[in-house]
Amino acid sequence: MEKITVYLKDYIRESILAPSFKLLEALMDLFVPLLVAYIINEGIAKNNQSVIIRCFIYLIALAVLGMLFSFTAQWFAAKASVGFAGKLRQALFDQIQSLSYRQLDTLGTDTLITRMTSDINQMQTGLNLALRLLLRSPFIVFGAMIMAFTIDIKSAMVFAVTIPILCLVVFGIMLVSIPLFEKVQIALDKLLGKTRENLTGVRVIRAFCREEEEIKDFDDKSSLLTKLNEYVGRLSAAMNPLTYIIINAATIILIYIGALRVEMGILRQGDVVALYNYMAQIIVELIKLASLIITINKSLACGRRVEKIMEIDADMKYEDELKSKEDDQYSVVFNNVSFRYEGAAAETVENLDFKVKKGQTVGIIGGTGCGKSTLVNLIPRFYDADKGNVEVNGINVKEYPKDILLNKIGIVPQKAVLFAGTIRDNLRWGNENASDEEIYEALKIAQALEVVEGKEKKLDEWVEQNGRNLSGGQRQRLTIARALLKKPQILIMDDSASALDFATDLRLRQAINNLKNDLTVFIVSQRTTSVRNADLILVMDDGKIVGKGRHDELLKNCEVYQEIYYSQFPEERPSGKEVFTVA
Amino acid sequence: MPKNNSNSETLKKVLSLIRKYRFLVVLSIVMAAVSVVLQLYVPILFGDAIDTIKDIESINYVMLKDYLLKIALLSLLSALATWIMNLINNRISYRTVEDLRKKAIRRIQILPLSYLDSHATGDIVQRIIADSDQLSEGLLLGFSQLFSGVITIFVTLYFMLSKNVEITLMVIVMTPVSFLVARFIAGRSYKMFAKQNEARGKQTALINEMISNEKIVKAFAYEGKASKRFKDINEELCRYAQSATFFSSLTNPSTRAVNNVIYALVALIGSMKILNGSLSVGGITVLLAYANQYMKPFNDISSVVTELQNSLSCAERVFELIEAEAQSPEKEKELPEAEGDIDIENVYFSYDKSRKLIEDFSFHGKKGMTIAIVGPTGCGKTTLINLLMRFYDVDKGKIRVDGNDIYEVSRKSLRKNYGMVLQDTWLKNASVRDNIAIGKSDASDEEIITAAKRTHSWEFIRRMPQGLDTVINDDSLSQGQKQLLCITRVMLCMPPMLILDEATSSIDTRTEVYIQKAFARLMEGRTSFIVAHRLSTIRNADQILVMNDGKIIEQGSHEQLMKNNGFYTRLYNSQFAANES
Repeated sequence: MEKITVYLKDYIRESILAPSFKLLEALMDLFVPLLVAYIINEGIAKNNQSVIIRCFIYLIALAVLGMLFSFTAQWFAAKASVGFAGKLRQALFDQIQSLSYRQLDTLGTDTLITRMTSDINQMQTGLNLALRLLLRSPFIVFGAMIMAFTIDIKSAMVFAVTIPILCLVVFGIMLVSIPLFEKVQIALDKLLGKTRENLTGVRVIRAFCREEEEIKDFDDKSSLLTKLNEYVGRLSAAMNPLTYIIINAATIILIYIGALRVEMGILRQGDVVALYNYMAQIIVELIKLASLIITINKSLACGRRVEKIMEIDADMKYEDELKSKEDDQYSVVFNNVSFRYEGAAAETVENLDFKVKKGQTVGIIGGTGCGKSTLVNLIPRFYDADKGNVEVNGINVKEYPKDILLNKIGIVPQKAVLFAGTIRDNLRWGNENASDEEIYEALKIAQALEVVEGKEKKLDEWVEQNGRNLSGGQRQRLTIARALLKKPQILIMDDSASALDFATDLRLRQAINNLKNDLTVFIVSQRTTSVRNADLILVMDDGKIVGKGRHDELLKNCEVYQEIYYSQFPEERPSGKEVFTVA
Repeated sequence: MPKNNSNSETLKKVLSLIRKYRFLVVLSIVMAAVSVVLQLYVPILFGDAIDTIKDIESINYVMLKDYLLKIALLSLLSALATWIMNLINNRISYRTVEDLRKKAIRRIQILPLSYLDSHATGDIVQRIIADSDQLSEGLLLGFSQLFSGVITIFVTLYFMLSKNVEITLMVIVMTPVSFLVARFIAGRSYKMFAKQNEARGKQTALINEMISNEKIVKAFAYEGKASKRFKDINEELCRYAQSATFFSSLTNPSTRAVNNVIYALVALIGSMKILNGSLSVGGITVLLAYANQYMKPFNDISSVVTELQNSLSCAERVFELIEAEAQSPEKEKELPEAEGDIDIENVYFSYDKSRKLIEDFSFHGKKGMTIAIVGPTGCGKTTLINLLMRFYDVDKGKIRVDGNDIYEVSRKSLRKNYGMVLQDTWLKNASVRDNIAIGKSDASDEEIITAAKRTHSWEFIRRMPQGLDTVINDDSLSQGQKQLLCITRVMLCMPPMLILDEATSSIDTRTEVYIQKAFARLMEGRTSFIVAHRLSTIRNADQILVMNDGKIIEQGSHEQLMKNNGFYTRLYNSQFAANES
């Protein structure tokens, strides 16, 4: 837990003061039975009114003091727990920012979001409760016992026996229940999954007349959940009655022993009342403690989950400065590159070997899952190659400082994601200082002028989270503009024109071609029309490059390319030639 | 007031729900009463016991033993009653949820698709899972707590009154002070909570946005900025959270302080009473014990009341689902295995009565025909599927299969005659075998494998870790593989009529070829409606239905439609002929 407790460091003062003040408050509670005993023994038995009034004033004073101590404790507890959670949240967020693509793949974003939100909130609640109550309850339990000992050692032995028995029952039931609660949760999740399945698949279920079977399946899962719930419920149902019996049995013995001691002249009636009152305090606190421990246990589990993320070390090291000199002939070179995703059975891409000159346009085509995106992800070093190396401007990508490399490359990802903010905010992700003029220029090339022109507030138009208020095609064009604003040397478009119609796609490619610089362009696509004019087409199949060359060459000698092309343009297929070779 | 009306309406429904447990409910109430009364009576006995040991000479052991024995007996009885009550409440609440959920899942199977289409899946799941839990826990256990709380208050007052009237009155007068303090604090902390929740909402949105797109954040080297934005919002959240946490945690100490003052007052007045002989030491012990726990039922009741409010609104949501109007009842007549002649006669249909969709649409499909449905994306091609499969009923007009009015036969017998493969593939979280055999649960492995081979899905099934027994979930297959499995499902049943949805570009070419071939095998000799994207499919279709804006605007063969030089011609030219030179 070291990675996590370190964020409590700034709040050590508060973390000590909060429970301390809570203990002072508890101390006030512990004095009350003594005062009542004093009233009975000295005030009532000796008929002394002034003792009674004095004790009354003390009781009021204890009440007020107790409240003030408690307020102070709550203040420090709130400060420490909220502050700790805030720091941890920031640290975790920053840690997530430093994860590599590979690590993000393994962890999954859903997990990370849960860690950031509900897990840390739960930790905050847990810490707050722990600071306030974790020490208070045991303190009162043992304080009551010690107070009892100061009254009479022999009678107090009842406390010494009762407390362990009570602890055994309360914590025993709790310990048995916790793993069962987890089972209940699993059963509930399964039922939830089934319910969701029934709703998302309603058309298929009805089409295949599976209603009865689905109902039966649901009923089975539902009754399993009920059985588990009732089982756990039976355990916790025993808690209250059992502790009640134990505490009353102890009190009976206490009073009986008390009577004997009074007869012996060792105790007075008021002392017996005090002992009785202490016994009553114990049980309330033990039950509070039990529920507190359940909460803390949950928080600790959350803490361990957060810790797992915090413990991850950066697996990608970057150089601080660029030592070698850039070459101006080749923009991107792959030297026999192989790469395998974490946990994948086989190489995702294998022996990729090609050279791209500055200013060239490269088309990458192939079926889904053949490794097209992986190939382009290796250029900005989102992943490190397992074998071989990738060079940008003649230098191995591993030798670049991160920012220098990323600044050279504009990426249009497959998923056209925009963020909540204005259109301008979104485009400035590419270049935070971009002027409106530059923005409009990029929009023009990206064929996105009409998207902005169509909006009432133009660049100030608000984009909803994930760009929900824009169509797929509009989003794609804006993400292209965003990448162009970087003024990159290499532009990577990862299947990012799929939602555009053929004509717009064509205009887009022409506009990019017309850019008067040495822009190297990578176009990943499923459409042959998108890549046919490229200077170099890489045909990929099952992680390998199975064809390299221009459209006409490939159409002559690359079988996979032919298969793709003719499936899209069947009317151009040479007659009499069977193209589909299906095993 | 209508609100109260609907609340009492909901309550009535809850009561009818637990009617079958009425014996248990009565027993639970009796046990609650027994346990509360005994638990409150025991302190009085303890007081009496303490009174027997006033001083050395006068200890009456016979009476003391008598009292202690009574306490032991009553404690056991009370514990037993509590235990039985807990067990009963458990059973009632968990079984009620189960009953509710059973009703809900059955209702879902007969609800019209229009209901399910117009309600978010998450919302319905929430009703079946979380709301029904809240209903049973909040409502049933809430009532039992409420009941115990009320009994506790009255019995406590009765016992206190029996000990001393003045002190009891004093306690009653002081009670509202505690409430006022609690309310004052709640009011203050509510404002802080509202601000905290707003800040938290903003932060969660930022977290969701940045982390779910972390790769893009990294690709644009935006990490530093994201971190800065997060920091600003995090600091704001911490400020409000600190106040909210602090203020809300003041309630307990404050009410406890008020309670302690009451306690002190009882001690003061009680002692004075003992001095003038109107109270015993045992009596004051009892009164103090009561004063100590007197506030508890009040606190319980006030928290139960908010809980009950919440539960009632959950209950309303659950009932809304299980009482939603079901689709029209099933006809008894069965449609026999069809030949596949389909007649659509003068059909009118719209989802929203204010927006007309299909009007006076007629169409005749002969056995074995291929009918392509064509149109731009979002033109409402699913509407036709909805009508053919009877997911929705037409507003006017007739649809006949082999001359049988489909509204005169059972839905099931109609649907059994169709094989449906939608682009929006749906697979169960179950084994490959269960997924394929969904339409024919008694199919042998051999049949399944034959079907899988015919759709080219056997190759990838074979390579899965446990073959047919591999449990699949949403991510374990590619889109193309999912579609192949869905086709295999239909291949296994071989129904006489088909509704197919052609793959779009998200599937790679090779798999697409497999899907094409599998479709072609399926369609042999069957009447097939196919939502078509591919030129070759459209050209080869016997009939083409052209849709736009949810309406069927043209129909005919490819040649006829091209001759018309209408919407289809334009669509054809823009979508398929835009071949770059």
